[in-house]
Amino acid sequence: MKNNRKYTQIIALALVILCLAACKKDIVDRTAQYPALAPANEDLNADTWKAVLVTDPTVFTVSAPDATNSPAYVADLNEIKGYQRNLSSEQSAIIKYWSAGAVLRWNEILRDLVAKHNLAPYQNLDGTYPAPSSANPFAYPQFPFSNPPYAARAYAYVSAAQYDALVTAYHFKKLYNRSAPYVNDATVKALIPKSSLPSYPSEDAVVAGASVEMMKLLFPTEISFIEQKAAEEKLYRIMAGANVRGELDAGESLGKQVADVFTARARTDKAGAAIGNQAYWTLLQTQTTAKGEKYWISLESPKRPPMLPLFGKVKPFLFDTTTVVALRPPAPFSTNSPEFKQANDEALYYSQHATRANQAQVAFWADGIGTYTPPGHWNAIAADEFVKQNYSEVRWARNFALLNMAEMDAAIVCWDTKYFYFNPRPTQFNDQIKTLTGIPNFPSYSSGHSNFSAAASTVLTYLLPDRGTKFADLAQKAALSRLYGAIHTRQDIEVGLTTGTEVGQYAVTRGQNDGAGSGN
Amino acid sequence: MSFYKPIKKCILICVCLIASSQLAHAQMENDGIMIPQNYLCPGLMYGHSSWTNYWEGTFKRNNGNLGTVSSNEFNFMVTYGLAKNLIVTAGLPYMTTNASAGTLEGQKGLQDISLNIKWKALQLVEGKSKLSLLASVTGSTPISNYQADFEPLSLGSHSKNFTARAVVDYVYGKYFFTGSGAYTSRSDITIDRNSYFTTVLIYSNQVILPNLSNYNFRTGYRSKYFIAEAIADISTSLGGFDITKNNMPFPSNRMNMTSVGANLRYRFKSLYNLELTASDQYVVAGRNSGQSNMIMGGVSYIFSLKADKKVPQVNYYKN
Repeated sequence: MKNNRKYTQIIALALVILCLAACKKDIVDRTAQYPALAPANEDLNADTWKAVLVTDPTVFTVSAPDATNSPAYVADLNEIKGYQRNLSSEQSAIIKYWSAGAVLRWNEILRDLVAKHNLAPYQNLDGTYPAPSSANPFAYPQFPFSNPPYAARAYAYVSAAQYDALVTAYHFKKLYNRSAPYVNDATVKALIPKSSLPSYPSEDAVVAGASVEMMKLLFPTEISFIEQKAAEEKLYRIMAGANVRGELDAGESLGKQVADVFTARARTDKAGAAIGNQAYWTLLQTQTTAKGEKYWISLESPKRPPMLPLFGKVKPFLFDTTTVVALRPPAPFSTNSPEFKQANDEALYYSQHATRANQAQVAFWADGIGTYTPPGHWNAIAADEFVKQNYSEVRWARNFALLNMAEMDAAIVCWDTKYFYFNPRPTQFNDQIKTLTGIPNFPSYSSGHSNFSAAASTVLTYLLPDRGTKFADLAQKAALSRLYGAIHTRQDIEVGLTTGTEVGQYAVTRGQNDGAGSGN
Repeated sequence: MSFYKPIKKCILICVCLIASSQLAHAQMENDGIMIPQNYLCPGLMYGHSSWTNYWEGTFKRNNGNLGTVSSNEFNFMVTYGLAKNLIVTAGLPYMTTNASAGTLEGQKGLQDISLNIKWKALQLVEGKSKLSLLASVTGSTPISNYQADFEPLSLGSHSKNFTARAVVDYVYGKYFFTGSGAYTSRSDITIDRNSYFTTVLIYSNQVILPNLSNYNFRTGYRSKYFIAEAIADISTSLGGFDITKNNMPFPSNRMNMTSVGANLRYRFKSLYNLELTASDQYVVAGRNSGQSNMIMGGVSYIFSLKADKKVPQVNYYKN
């Protein structure tokens, strides 16, 4: 009997410990912790900054706002007061979410969509693969397959359109010079940090309008989701007392007008033809054989056509297409050379000696299917840093535009290189080489992760020089993860880092000359 | 002092002797079998599981980039009769995984150490009928830093699990029926990435795993020397999300499995201490899981820790 009581005590103790260990069910999303944006500098001269495509803001239409003593404006103020009298906890959560910044949140929304749509099509019964169609986006496979080149281009277009829309908005803000609602009416509360920036047209709505219009083109199956986010953001500005409805309508309209310039470019930038066709895929093989080299073969089963072989022909943002060819690195080791075998033997070594630390590094940087891709990862890294800088919305947009134009152009140069050399992956060269993450369906030389990471780290180091070698170190880790994962040879990653740095430098040069200054 | 003595004994058992999580469940946790007080029963089990078809959400398919996914498990386990109605089982599996096609590297290593306590709370006897109620709790925790976020080749989910189970065991003559239900609470896990997509993007390296329910039914023949039983098992994730089309699996998927199988346990007349076990379990329906077939074989040896009791008093029938 006495023994039984002891055992009961032990069991009770064990139960409590085990239950405490197993019952934790909450996680913290770090993006939910971002504070409300309170710009250290409103960048009032941003109307003079060099935009990407827009050269003259006066070609856009932003009609003069209602006078602040007009019945229309008074009605707009009453709408704010109506919301502020009775904010629900859901509405307060909306304010908290969006107050971190419009450019930031739309960048996150884009990353979300990229991750959701970054899925390679499932094969047909006959072993061929269907392709997504922008003309019929809801049919399987849904349009788009937001693989790394597609994603890099999407981030670039959305960021550049947001930036141009904000530069243009600054022109009209200064032209109309209307104060914020909480300045014009003392009974309107500012539920977010106050801004001295003229509030017509609304910078948040400009960003929303530009983002919605770009994403309609880039993610056509998500329009209802995107529109709902935009409506939520506009409501946030009203509830927070930051804008009246008229400022939001004007901003949204301007954002859409500017985005039209970008969607027109996107429709003719040759990305739509990047998938190629059977004749071209065969040509890639024959022209590689003609050079005396082994050509790349898909390692998927059934064999999948190479990913976007003509993406190297897409029109870049930072330079012209002749520069793409000029940036193409020299040929890799011949597939018949002892150097090539030696490089692949190193990949074999890492395949067979996978430490737990290497596994972690490979997984951290894998950014494979179902993720926001390597450019998205660098957007996430940038966002975590930019949040600490208290940038104005326009500087947020400018910095993301520099980063993402570099990423898109890095994708173009890298894809040009990959399909010019059509070089086999380590596992194709030696099937003993098992990989620590999924193997991508495109040629090996040079490494996409390395190109993306070096381009991004070059831009971020320029934007945030006080971070020292932080971004360069991260880029090294990202690149090496591909060797440790036996996805690439050391030559692939070293050359990729070099080319990526060169591409990034074009964005730096642009940043040095766009009139925005360092902002630090 | 008297309180810590049994704890010491427990720890000793945990440290010195090991058993399996999955197989221990299959073998011990959900049946009506006990061993007598002060008896110790160490054992070794081997299991081989493989699947070629799997359910991506509810869509059944195979995958040329995986081929056949298989795992081998070596389970060291030990059961100790703590009291007349109380037994404790500890276990630890060593595992290897492999995909027969594609480029992904198989994994190997120690998985999760587990400790199960089973209590026969009640027994009613009426003629040839015997009805027992048992309760059991199981805790498990990873013992190596294996990679959870490497499905379908990861060794496990790398969570700390806590399972509570109630067992009803009815015996009529030598025929029996055992039914049990369990609830498993799983801890959050830490993965190597700092963001991941479920149905939305989450910026964290922490993943919430759905809890699990399990129902297990076994029926068959139980004599002094052997048990022959048929098994049905239903495991359900209480939450989680479906693998989207052609996506990779993830630890917080909604993994459901319904399996059927058979199990044999046999003791020799001449060497009653020794028990051989063989079983097969086949998944007949699932969601976000492989259609696996698992064959298993095991051997265990029971003996008394008291010097005066050389002959083991375990008897399936009398149980």
